[in-house]
Amino acid sequence: MKLSKILKNGFLIVVACLALSACATSKKSTGQMQGDVYTGTDTVEYLASGVPDRVFFATNESVLTTASRETLRKQAAWLRKNSKITIVLEGHADERGTREYNLALGERRANAAKDYLMTYGISSDRISVLSYGKERPVDSGSNPLAWSKNRRSVTVKAN
Amino acid sequence: MKKFLTILILILIPVKSFGLIEVDITRGNLNPLPIAVSPLSIDEESRKNFQNILKKKNIGSEISLIVENNLKVSGLFNPLNKDAFLQEPDIANLKPRFEDWNLIKAQALITGKVSYVQEKLRVEFRLWDVLAGKEMMALAFTTVPNNWRRVGHIITDKVYERLTGEKGYFDTRIIYVAEEGPKTQRVKKLAIMDQDGANNKFLTLGNELVLTPRFNPTSQLVTYLSYFRNLPRVYLLDIETGTQEVVGDFPGMTFAPRFSPDGKKIIMSFAKDGNSEIYTMDLENRIVEKITNHPSIDTSPSYSPDGKFISFNSDRSGYQQIYVMKSDGSNVKRISFGKGIYGTPVWSPRGDLIAFTKLHKGKFYIGVMRTDGSGERLLTENFYQEAPSWSPNGRVLIFYRETKTDSKGKGFSAKLWSIDLTGYNERQVPTPTDGSDPSWSSLLSN
Repeated sequence: MKLSKILKNGFLIVVACLALSACATSKKSTGQMQGDVYTGTDTVEYLASGVPDRVFFATNESVLTTASRETLRKQAAWLRKNSKITIVLEGHADERGTREYNLALGERRANAAKDYLMTYGISSDRISVLSYGKERPVDSGSNPLAWSKNRRSVTVKAN
Repeated sequence: MKKFLTILILILIPVKSFGLIEVDITRGNLNPLPIAVSPLSIDEESRKNFQNILKKKNIGSEISLIVENNLKVSGLFNPLNKDAFLQEPDIANLKPRFEDWNLIKAQALITGKVSYVQEKLRVEFRLWDVLAGKEMMALAFTTVPNNWRRVGHIITDKVYERLTGEKGYFDTRIIYVAEEGPKTQRVKKLAIMDQDGANNKFLTLGNELVLTPRFNPTSQLVTYLSYFRNLPRVYLLDIETGTQEVVGDFPGMTFAPRFSPDGKKIIMSFAKDGNSEIYTMDLENRIVEKITNHPSIDTSPSYSPDGKFISFNSDRSGYQQIYVMKSDGSNVKRISFGKGIYGTPVWSPRGDLIAFTKLHKGKFYIGVMRTDGSGERLLTENFYQEAPSWSPNGRVLIFYRETKTDSKGKGFSAKLWSIDLTGYNERQVPTPTDGSDPSWSSLLSN
């Protein structure tokens, strides 16, 4: 009984692994997502030449990816050069979550970006944070790629 | 309410309770009770007076239509086609010929009379048990003519209560967010309407984003989230006077507000530095208390009806799950352990159940569980739906549902839906525009 249960669970885990890896490869093949983080440039705008305005997140995550950190370092360099500029970090979530939780998640994502900018010397006085939750998607699609574009923190010039 | 409506007479002919019809609302009702709603009779002079005031040709018939529609939408009753009625309304109200009503298979009959008395609307109605040939209830009241729709709702509440043994939910209103425009730039306004979709009124202009309005259970106050001046904050709105104020003085976003059951406190989340905690503010002395203390997202709080407990959702386990704690924040216990993530817990007004939203394998569910997390029951599955709100009698849930867009990102809509606690009787609630975030009021009368 017990053994069969263990075997069964083991089998399930193997199947789940296969499903996940299959999934990941198919996502990679679109060329615009890594895992479920958006890596494309469709929706990206620029604060200055070579300074992208936004970073993207995995589902339900607020961890900055390597690419996000690179983008934020460029933003920090630009902000250091333009010391009068203040910014709003607008945090967003995709539509696949409850409204209130997503407001909190958007706030958490924007703060992840804020914390990183601060470690590169940008004073918190110059940064405000605004969460939109899932209220302002950039892509109105109901598919994984659209959702990946919508899970973002966007740096907006405030002055 | 009490200002406008005075119940004048309460004639309750004593009847033995056994043998009379009853409607069981605890199970899905697959055989709704056949009921005849005879148009309320009206004398010619009263009819003309009301036609002048209300621009309705026959206010008696209009009121009966409201009753009929309410009964039908409840799913528990089957109002019979009036074409088959043999007896004239005025005579039926005096003494029904039960054999005639029996012939068209009516088991219950509502009759009544409307008259114009000193510039007011006077209504009397009777509920009859056709099979037993007995009067079950008789009631009369007087109100200002403009309240005519509410008269229909109050009659329905009385009939529902008499036949099911539980309070009704028809003389109530829904506050919600009216939505328009493309999905990427939705314009949202607060709106309020009667429970049946009538008397829709917009309360804000749409200049700023507004979300999650909730009624105070004891007054005409509403709490909601507004992005006024791009500062998302919890506001308090008096829907009678239109006055608004920010709730508390928080240096950041406040959201997910709800009232305590006594209406004296607002419970909400405050987000700061990437962490959302639950706070309360006493509306009388403005004292703010921090209830949760955890570096995770703690939000969507909802009090138990006795005010002793709070349910909320938190991702402290890694994913969004439902927790219950004492109202002072102690004894936090996770109660949702099923597969998937759980959010938006709302405590039933009866105290025994918590309604929630669940996401599992890409589908959203509205469900209920006991307050210890046992007995989970999923009522409805869809592409996207969330945010249930209870009818005041705890028998019906209203929530909103969004559609999946097509490959071009077109075809988005958001609508209000209701479903019985039994899982039956799922219906779209009519709104003039798209709608979301519904909140059900308490009964306006009594």
